[in-house]
Amino acid sequence: MTRPLRIGFIPLCDAAALIVAVDKGFVAAEGLDVILVREVSWSNVRDKLNIGLFDAAHLLAPVAIASSLGLGHVRVSIAAPFNLGLNGNAITVSPALHAGIMSEIDGDPFDPMATALALSRVVASRRKSGAEPLTFGMTFPFSTHNYQLRFWMAAGGVDPDEDVRLVVLPPPYMVDSLANGHVDAFCVGAPWNSIAVDLGIGHILHFVADILVRAVEKVLAVRQEWSEKNPELVAALVRAASRAAEFIEQPQNRAEAARILAHPERIGVDAEVIQRTLDGRLKISPDGTMRESGRYLLVGREGAARPDPMQAAWLYAQMVRWGQASFTPEALRTAQAVFRPDLYDAALGRKEKLADASGAIGAFAGPAFDANDIAGHLAAFEIGRRKS
Amino acid sequence: MGESSPKIVIVDESPIRAAILEEGLREAGFTGVVHISEMQSLLSRIYALDPDVILIDLENPSRDVLEQMFQVSRAVRRPIAMFVDQSDAASIQASVDAGVSAYIVDGLKKERIKPILDLCISRFNAFAKLQDELDRTKSALEDRKVIDRAKGILMKLKGLTEDEAYVLLRSTAMREKKKIGEIAQSILTASEMLK
Repeated sequence: MTRPLRIGFIPLCDAAALIVAVDKGFVAAEGLDVILVREVSWSNVRDKLNIGLFDAAHLLAPVAIASSLGLGHVRVSIAAPFNLGLNGNAITVSPALHAGIMSEIDGDPFDPMATALALSRVVASRRKSGAEPLTFGMTFPFSTHNYQLRFWMAAGGVDPDEDVRLVVLPPPYMVDSLANGHVDAFCVGAPWNSIAVDLGIGHILHFVADILVRAVEKVLAVRQEWSEKNPELVAALVRAASRAAEFIEQPQNRAEAARILAHPERIGVDAEVIQRTLDGRLKISPDGTMRESGRYLLVGREGAARPDPMQAAWLYAQMVRWGQASFTPEALRTAQAVFRPDLYDAALGRKEKLADASGAIGAFAGPAFDANDIAGHLAAFEIGRRKS
Repeated sequence: MGESSPKIVIVDESPIRAAILEEGLREAGFTGVVHISEMQSLLSRIYALDPDVILIDLENPSRDVLEQMFQVSRAVRRPIAMFVDQSDAASIQASVDAGVSAYIVDGLKKERIKPILDLCISRFNAFAKLQDELDRTKSALEDRKVIDRAKGILMKLKGLTEDEAYVLLRSTAMREKKKIGEIAQSILTASEMLK
């Protein structure tokens, strides 16, 4: 090897498989020399991957698709041969908004339809009293967080562009912004929801798994051109990440994985907080209420690591629904081609069965997703910004 | 847009670097320069200033906030596009290397942007060099303190003069192929442990 590979990441728990692969020696065992570079913004990760300063990156799945479609930025084709995580986000609300939703709720507080309908009543009464619209923080225009928040509130009749404000906030600023009232709620990955709860300034209202059963979150991304020139490197990275994912998913290894991730140069927060995320056992309220979910963050188990083009199609459909992209069959094919189960299978020398179509997304509202009829699927949703 | 000086906003939490850049831009005749160092409500500040060009350092997490300007939204008065288009791979490389990113309001001519970005890149590089020199001076000063203390220990334990203590440090460093500062540090560590 002539030079080490440079791989960018954002300090979040769903970079776990990548960080453990490097720090536990799994990439070295594949004969790779990797330097992990901690970044401060998704724009930086995207740009440095695009221009070749990074060979690979921990990337928001929708950014990989947007890059390949040339949305919002320079068009660079991205290949994603490995999912670093499914789910893992949560919606956290301020104590005041939590009280508002709970006083309006009719049903189970973990039922996203019940909370979305309650939110719409809160929004209506605020409008009547002349109060400012509620503000929701999310991490990036092309982010799962953006689409998950929108999907949830729109199901209850709240128009995310008309009835509330959605603002981009860097994850490390989320907690401060909630504390000082700049936002009333946010959707972000771990560990930031837990940190808000620990500080007593937020309640975790939903795990994203309440909204979507299987939602691809971050991918291991490389330039498509690079993947074609370096198939052995891609395969070695996938094998190392896969070994790391398997390691992390063994409950007896969680404490060690959390210690590795907690290092100041990696995620840089308490190992205990990280372990809560990996275990899917989270404190959801400042009063100490715990909630456990087998679906909070999936790092490799239940076939989570294998890229599923159906997931890419769903993300593209959200871009169309909210006016970020026009629908064309070519763009749909391009989006789906970003996710590369073929590279995953080739690296690991096996073929895993994909989840069936309806189980692949599992949204709490609307008809089952159909990648072959996106226009028809989106027509079932009343609220949206589709371009004609 | 007229041919008057474009309004430039610098988003940078480092006041020194922002000042260096601002000064450079003013010298080059760009008079409408505003510096934002407070990241709270960044977008509304930018919308209020209504700039033609926005420069932001890459160490700033708020870069992602700026990306929101490309989204169709009621808050945006005019579309804003990234300066670097498909043909400007060299520019984006140079600016990322220097640690700065530029955003422009759609419509500002490319030839008017080029001198701003070039200036920005050279000032950012100059600042990085300055920072580097400062760090080196700091560590040289730190080394001197450590060497002085190690000399003191050698003088006391071995009854050497100050010059002899220094010569001993230097010859040991040469023999071990290490820096004098490193040898001095190991003497301090050892003496701490033997206390």
